[in-house]
This record gives sequence, C-alpha cells and structure tokens, in this order.
Amino acid sequence: MTELTLTHFLILGAFLFTCGVLCIATKRNAIGILMGVELVLNAANVNFVALARFSPTFQLEGQIFALMVIVLAAGEAAVALAIILNFYNNHSTVDVDKAEDLKG
Amino acid sequence: MSLPLVLFFIVAFTTGLSALAVVFSRNIVRAAVWLLFTLIGVSLTYFLLGAEFLGASQLIIYVGGTLVLVVFGVMLTAQGPFLQLKTRIAEWVIGGVLAVALFALLVKTSLELGKSAATTPTDPKNVTVGVLGSAFLNIKEASPAAPMTGYPAGQEAPPRTRMGYLLPFEIVSVHLLVVLIGAAYLARAKKRMPSPPAKGATP
Repeated sequence: MTELTLTHFLILGAFLFTCGVLCIATKRNAIGILMGVELVLNAANVNFVALARFSPTFQLEGQIFALMVIVLAAGEAAVALAIILNFYNNHSTVDVDKAEDLKG
Repeated sequence: MSLPLVLFFIVAFTTGLSALAVVFSRNIVRAAVWLLFTLIGVSLTYFLLGAEFLGASQLIIYVGGTLVLVVFGVMLTAQGPFLQLKTRIAEWVIGGVLAVALFALLVKTSLELGKSAATTPTDPKNVTVGVLGSAFLNIKEASPAAPMTGYPAGQEAPPRTRMGYLLPFEIVSVHLLVVLIGAAYLARAKKRMPSPPAKGATP
C-alpha cells in the first residue's frame, strides 16, 4: 500500500457516511440532523468522484453526477431550513422529539 | 510513501476528525463550524482526485451557500446562542454500536471492491471544465481540432452515440427554481400562532 488507490477514497467515503448516519440518529436538534444529511451526501459525492477517477468508463459521469448532487443538496438544505423555521414559528422549539403532533 | 498518499492521509485525517466532531459536539454552533472544516476537507479530496472544477464548486456552493444557510437557521431558531439538546446515553450506545457495525460492513465492501475494480487511475486531463460544460450541452468527445463535428479530426464517430446531459441539467435547474419558490413560501414572515389570523389572510 504505497500508492494511492481507490480503496483509500472508498474508506474515507464510508467513514463520512457512518458519521452522517450517526449524526442523523443521535442529534435531537433538527438542524443537527440536517448537518448529518449533508455529511451523507458528501460521502456519496466522494465515492462518485473517486470512481470517476479510477474507472475509465465513468470518467465524466461521476463528476457530472457529483455536480448534480451538490446542486440538489443546496435545494434540499433550503427547503429543510424553511420547514424547520416554520416549525419553530409554530412550536418555539427545534427538538424533533417534540414534533409528535406532526403525525397528520 | 508517495507524495499523494501523504497528502491524502493528512486531508483524510482532518476530514474524518472534523466529521467526528460534528457528531459529538453538543453545541450546534460548534457543529456548524466543524461541518465547515469537513466540507473544506472534502473539497481538498476532490482536488487530490484531479476534479478541480468540482472542488471549486464544492467550496462555492457548499461552504459559501449551504453552510451560511445552515448557520442562519441556527441563529434564527436558537433560544439562546448556545442551544443544547441532550441525547440520552442509551441512544448513544445503540447508535454507536450500529454505526460501528455499518462502518465495518462498508470497509469490508470497499476492500473487496478495491481489489476487484480496475484501480489504474485515469488521466484527469481528460475531464476538464470544457469537457464537463460540453457534456451538459449534449456535446461529447469534443476537441479543439474538430469543434463542429464533436470528434477529433481524422477520427470516425464511435458506433455508440453517447447522450449528453442537457435534459438532466434542465430538470435540475427547474427543480432548483421550484425549490427556492417553495422555500420562500414556507419560510415567509408571518404572525405567531397564538395571535388571531388577520382578516383575509390565508390559513
């Protein structure tokens, strides 16, 4: 293991993904959960770009899909924050455990 | 130990440490700052992978846009500037055990995939900003030698005509427009719940 290989980047992506999942599972603050989602999306992006670099067939596709993920993540963050702000306006808290009356 | 490997270890260590700090910091403002370092580390990883345009986009959109949005969300929703919501110990234990198991599974899969897949790095010069932009405009395999046909001079068109990404590009842009209108509608300023609705206001 003296050269930089695909495995290194895949393990980095796996670590970021695990951190994101743990963040989503343990945070009680809705914005903390949003940060976990950002971590997960970044982990997926690292895998896309690494495979684009190391696999000749996905050279262009990996980067293009990563670009789309970045743009969609920006949109997702905007909508999630709007929902969180609306929830805060109505309930004066961002604790997701207090959101039980959102059952519908 | 080659230079890229050393650089990768520095960047990966910093990124992983910041990601762990995002998970374990109680304070949501500190978590946002650690997320900033994680995103910068990921963009440095893109630079290491030879995807310069993507790294720059990551810095501009994520660090400059999304993170500022998140920080404003923190400031608008915190009762005090240092809001803390405690997680119970049992939740930490269950979540931690599951996360370690998930990480082990992913590492095992990564090792197998790294062994099986072709791990010869391709030339990053093949994917420049120009190539990316042309792909979004349905032009592929363009070269300066033959800009009109889309294929290098003296070379036959490949048998499989590859599609560009004009349609996904348009879908993403319309999606972004719809999302921003929806976000502005959802987060518009209005009166708090206890006050009676104004005359003629929509519910």
